[in-house]
Amino acid sequence: MNSTVKPSSLADVAHAKPAKVSVARALGTGLETRGVHAWFGKHHALSNISLDFAAGTVTALIGPSGCGKSTFIRTINRMHEFISGAAMAGEVLLDGKDIYAPGIDVTKIRLQIGMVFQKPNPFPSMTIGENVLSGLKLAQIKVHNKEELLEESLERAGLWSEVKDRLGAHGGSLSGGQQQRLCIARALAVGPQVILMDEPCSALDPGSTLRIEETIRQLSETMTIIIVTHNMQQAARVSDYTAFFLSEGGPGQMIEVAPTSEIFSRPKDQRTENYVTGRFG
Amino acid sequence: MATSVQPTKPWKPSIRERANDVVIFLISIISSFVVVAMTPMKGKLAYFAIFFISYAFLTSIFKATQRGSAAAKDALVNSLVAIGTIVTVIPAASILATVLKKGLPGISFGLFTHDMGLATPTDPLSNGGLLHAITGTLTLVVIALILSVPIGISTALYLIEIKGRFTAPIRFLVQAMSGVPSIVAGLFILSAILYPITKAYSGLMGSLALTILMIPTIARTSEEVLNLIPNELREAGTALGATQWRTVAMIVLPAAKSGLITAIILGVARIAGETAPILLLTGGGDKVNPNAFNGPMGSLPYYIWKAFNAGSPEAITRAWAGLLVLVGLVLILFTSARFLGSREILK
Repeated sequence: MNSTVKPSSLADVAHAKPAKVSVARALGTGLETRGVHAWFGKHHALSNISLDFAAGTVTALIGPSGCGKSTFIRTINRMHEFISGAAMAGEVLLDGKDIYAPGIDVTKIRLQIGMVFQKPNPFPSMTIGENVLSGLKLAQIKVHNKEELLEESLERAGLWSEVKDRLGAHGGSLSGGQQQRLCIARALAVGPQVILMDEPCSALDPGSTLRIEETIRQLSETMTIIIVTHNMQQAARVSDYTAFFLSEGGPGQMIEVAPTSEIFSRPKDQRTENYVTGRFG
Repeated sequence: MATSVQPTKPWKPSIRERANDVVIFLISIISSFVVVAMTPMKGKLAYFAIFFISYAFLTSIFKATQRGSAAAKDALVNSLVAIGTIVTVIPAASILATVLKKGLPGISFGLFTHDMGLATPTDPLSNGGLLHAITGTLTLVVIALILSVPIGISTALYLIEIKGRFTAPIRFLVQAMSGVPSIVAGLFILSAILYPITKAYSGLMGSLALTILMIPTIARTSEEVLNLIPNELREAGTALGATQWRTVAMIVLPAAKSGLITAIILGVARIAGETAPILLLTGGGDKVNPNAFNGPMGSLPYYIWKAFNAGSPEAITRAWAGLLVLVGLVLILFTSARFLGSREILK
């Protein structure tokens, strides 16, 4: 069953996906980047990325290593600026407002745009339950129904049934895949409208990967998701849109963006086709 | 397939190999006796030196004949490392043994309940005790802790978390400060505070000097500990909408807790036996002085110094007993540091 996947089957996967009803209660009107550039010191890492992320969609960012995908999503929740020497240009609009505008409270931005990292990173000094609710404590948000929020967040991350009897255990006692879903639950608990995922499954086994992909599909009914992935089958399985990034010596650029089924069946650009069919990268 | 398989350890040395080791060991001992008897080299040290040299030499030769020159080098380095370990352990063990042997006769219950207010070091051992010295040392250490822990840990946080513009010079200063001789710290407080301001011995003055000595130890150890906290945890905190202060207070410091406790206890061990600055700034007393801000105060190092100076057999026994109590105190601190440090290992 797991023989090498031919290019055409990727497109099939993308088509076979159940058609998702666009949910109106998706929060906000989505996210938009306009002419985003990024630098590390003198190194121009990313050039002129303009992308629309409609509310309630999943967008996959694919491309070879070093093409600026991770840098790009880190500009979207203002994590890029933590690297010394970092610089950027352009606009990132959340509900039409530029998150880099002067006077914006950057911590509020990160509450609205959550992030899941490549390596599962539950807080070692906290229990499973405390990990899920840690965002509230960290950002000093008061809620009355903590128990409900805890259950809801874990439920949405697809972890509730596995951990409901041991919420007091340490986060580190979970398996890698469970830890990553714990991190997703933690990101969900503060109620973001966008979730960025930076290769969330690259450290996980196929079974855990599948669970996380199911979680992503379910979450996309209520929120906007942007996922960086090196796994093209994963992009085909979970995303509505796919953007192909490439660096040809210079800064990373976005070559093409289209509905996922099109990217894998009829890419417009020859370089995209080379990449998705495995002739490159 | 019911055949039961016995667990074996094929990597363990065979009986023949062990026999070879024993033979080499015996030859080394014999040769050390022969050489000492035949040459002008005499003394216990000569036995040890010749034994180690011949053991290292013979093992490497033997390995060379068996497995070639690479194995010989491996064996040679192994024996050199073993020698280094023994050379380190012997003096430490010897000090402990001496302190135990000479100090135990002076230990009694009364030692911990009486001070020397009505006794002199030359009195019989049943008179007086070192309560004033224990309380004095504990007072000095507690005040030094209260002052140096916040400063030391804040310094480490500045170096690792804030990474401000002054990181490099501050790191250099902290490293330089950890080499400051204790008498210099004492003289500094003496000329900067005691002479111009308070003009009197007090526990506080001694603690200030100890604080100067303690800050670099705590800051450097804490810096190492904070450096080990993975950056992913900080990023995770920030990505959840936390300010830097909240991330540090709720994620970084709890994750580093056991390491920071070790840092603090290492700092205490650094200062518990300091004598010079205390003589300069706290003086010494023979009675329990509950006021840390005024008047001279006893301490274990001072008590030991004074008792040794008195010179009579009783006084010398008192001094050894004081040493034993001091070593015991430091040992308890080190052991608890190891215990606290190993309890929660970062995943």
